[in-house]
Parts: sequence; C-alpha cells; structure tokens
Amino acid sequence: MSSLTLDAEALYAELRSGVRSLWRPGMVVMGIWSGGAWLAERLVADLPELAGAGRPAVISSTLHRDDFSARGMASGTDATKIPFAVDGAHILLLADVLFTGRTIRAVLNELFDFGRPASVTLAVLVDRGGRELPIQPAFAAAKIVLPATQKLSLARADGGRFTFSVQGQA
Amino acid sequence: MLHKRNPQLNRRGELIHLLSIEGLPREVVTQILDTAGTFLSVNDREVKKVPLLRGKSVFNLFFENSTRTRTTFEIAAKRLSADVINLDIAKSSAAKGESLLDTIANLSAMHADMFVVRHSESGAPYLIAQHCAPHVHVVNAGDGRHAHPTQGLLDMYTIRHYKQDFTQLSVAIVGDIVHSRVARSDIHALTTLGVPDIRAVGPKTLVPGDFQGMGVRVCHDMAEGIRGADVIIMLRLQNERMSGAMLPSAGEFFKHYGLTEDKLRLAKPDAIVMHPGPINRGVEIDSAVADGSHSVILPQVTFGIAVRMAVMSIISGNEA
Repeated sequence: MSSLTLDAEALYAELRSGVRSLWRPGMVVMGIWSGGAWLAERLVADLPELAGAGRPAVISSTLHRDDFSARGMASGTDATKIPFAVDGAHILLLADVLFTGRTIRAVLNELFDFGRPASVTLAVLVDRGGRELPIQPAFAAAKIVLPATQKLSLARADGGRFTFSVQGQA
Repeated sequence: MLHKRNPQLNRRGELIHLLSIEGLPREVVTQILDTAGTFLSVNDREVKKVPLLRGKSVFNLFFENSTRTRTTFEIAAKRLSADVINLDIAKSSAAKGESLLDTIANLSAMHADMFVVRHSESGAPYLIAQHCAPHVHVVNAGDGRHAHPTQGLLDMYTIRHYKQDFTQLSVAIVGDIVHSRVARSDIHALTTLGVPDIRAVGPKTLVPGDFQGMGVRVCHDMAEGIRGADVIIMLRLQNERMSGAMLPSAGEFFKHYGLTEDKLRLAKPDAIVMHPGPINRGVEIDSAVADGSHSVILPQVTFGIAVRMAVMSIISGNEA
C-alpha cells in the first residue's frame, strides 16, 4: 500500500471548473474507457453547459494498443460507442490518469477510424508525468510524480463517488 | 500420475491455438464471445480495419473444399491487418506426395505466424500444432468428423445475441449428426455454457444412441425433438461423407426431418432457426423457413467474421 492520498472528489471539482473554462459551444464529450467515461458521464450531468452536447461517447484503446504483442488482447473492456458523427466534430476528450501518453495515442488512432474530427482537446484528472510521447493535456486537475512501478487508477463506488486506487511497489 | 496439459492452452491457461471446444474452460469461451462483440462494431466504422495483426502472415490451408469458412477467415484476418495467403493444398503439394508435416515445415520457413487448417482427417490440426514453432498459432477450420470450433463459437454468439441467457434454453440439433463436426462442437459449447436441455434429432442411422454419452437427449421423432425448443440448429445432409444406404432418399428425409413452417409451430413462438450452411432447400429445410422471420442463418455468417477476428487476435496475443 502507498502513503499517497489523493482526494478524487476534490480533484473532480477542480476538473469540473477546468472543463467549464475549456468548453466552447458546439463541442461534444468523449471519455476513455473506463475512468474517463465515468468522468464524462458525471460532467454532462453536473454542468448545464454540457447538457446540450448529448450523450457522451465512450472510446476504448483495446484495438490500437502498442503493447498487444506483449500483453495480448485485453478482456473485459467495453467497445467504443460514439453516438455522434466524428467528421468535423470538436471533441473534449476525458481521461482519469495521464502517464506515458500511449493510451491517448491508441485512442486517437481509434477515433480516426470513425472519421476526421475538427479538433480534440484533452482534460485529465491526474497527470502523473513519465511521458514517452509528445502528448500534453489542455487541463489537468493535479500533477503528481509516482514511481513507474505503481499503477494509479480511478474507481467508482455504487453511489457514484470517485476514489483512487494505487497498486504496486512504491 | 502424469498430467497432460490441454495443447490449446499455455501454462497460464491462456488460449494459444483453437483446436476444439472440448476441454476449454467456460471463461475462455466467454472471453471469445465478449471479444467478438467488440469486433462486430468494426463493421460500422469508416475504416473497417484494426492493426492488431499488422505484419503477421496468416496461411489458410484448406486440404478440403470450403467457400464460406475460408472467405470469412480471410476477411477476418484482413480486417485485423494481417497478410493472408490462401493455399489450395489439395491441388498442389499434397497431390504431389508431400507429407503434411513437410508442407508445414516449408510454410514455416516462409515465416508463417498462423495456420488456419481444414482437413478431412480428424486430428490434423493437433498434429500441426504439436510440430510448429512456439510463436506459430493454429486454428482448426474443420477436421474430419471431429470438430469445427469457430462454427461452434459463432453459433454460441448467435444464440447469446438472440436469447442472452444460456441456462434456461432448450436447443434442438436436427439432421445428419453422426457426420457433423459442427454438431460435436455445438454440443461441447452448449454443455460448457450450461444449457440444460440439448436434443439430438434425426433417424437412427444419422443419430446413434451413443450420443447420449455427450450429455444430450437423442430423439428419433422430429415432433418430440423440436417441441418447445428455443433454438433449432438444422444440419446439412453430408452425402459426401455417407457410405452405403444410410437414407432411403432425400425426399423421404425431408418428409420426416425437413423443417417446414408446420413443424416449426411446435417450437417456442420466438424460436430461432440456425444452419451452418450451405443449406439444401427442400432437403433439410423448407425455403419458407430458411427465408422466414425465425431464420437467423445470414446473421450467423456476419457474426462468424467477428468471432474469427476474436479467436485470431486472442491467440496471437498469447505466448506458448
């Protein structure tokens, strides 16, 4: 276990105001499975500005992962579901944790299989550094440094409350 | 006692070849069906291709004729971005006297990553799996009367798509069961997934009583066999595998076991009718049923591509 304490609910409140300032009329919302999709769902419910954007899309990195030959097919992930036309869309993309940037790269490839978006803006709950690709978020509610051996992910309780889980050696 | 490992699974219990549904844990079968669901949506995209098998070479080795299975394997491999090489082996090396393992050794020297094998001899894909390099994966596309696991899996995908829960179902498999590798794969899959009522329906010559040992109820009476069924799987009469007089005539067979609208009324009102194809209209199934509202024969073909994509991507992601 780690001594790190991250208040996911407090960070969510930060993210909410960050998204409010990033938001432009006509944007649509997309969350990366699974944590980003939960964030997208809750933001659309909480922010009146986003209500007009319709149902948020869920996007999965499974089919474009660059570690497929080492890790194999991920099981238990949801398929990508995009309820709007991607061509010409201004997309607000949400992720729970930004680390190496490889998931974002995979997700962008997945997205372009559906069409050519006009723009993609990335907002994340936690940026934990350690980037291996030139990818930066437009907004991060927190920036922290964690050893590469630790895995940080968002969890959602039955009532919808967010917590963080940290696994692996510190 | 020496415990022999299932040759389809690696030490971690992950699928590395697909040779038969028999002996596969339920979780592996469910993983394949779940993954197929992900791939089904690839058909709806502007770019109907994903890069999981990019740079890999898939060799389709069909020692026995096939159109649908070979084509759907080819489409599945291409949608996964693999390079696909179709070899009509029956007309080439084998005809010149080359042994099966020599053929495999030669193709391996061409850097094959996966063999999709159809063979008239039961067990041929096992032999190949035992003798190929550790990074090479084998998929059984039908061996003799033994197994046709991807057909069994796509049948399960179809049933789950329309009926959701396997644990309350009555499934009737009708026709030439003795010659059918599809029937054997279906029975293993249905049993693994917990279907409580499986019936094998047909004349004594085509449905021997010893099928009861596989956990099915043998019915020689069509009405009894399909009464109250949720799912009816019709099989093709395999004349090419029959020797001697196993049947009086095709017309006689149709009279007793051919699925007509009248007989279909004995099944549940929302029953689905399946067939692995190719169908023989007027022999095992009436046109009105094959083209009717209960028929899911064409969706089976579409689901088959997604299921084969799932199998190929899962095995190629796991190491021996």
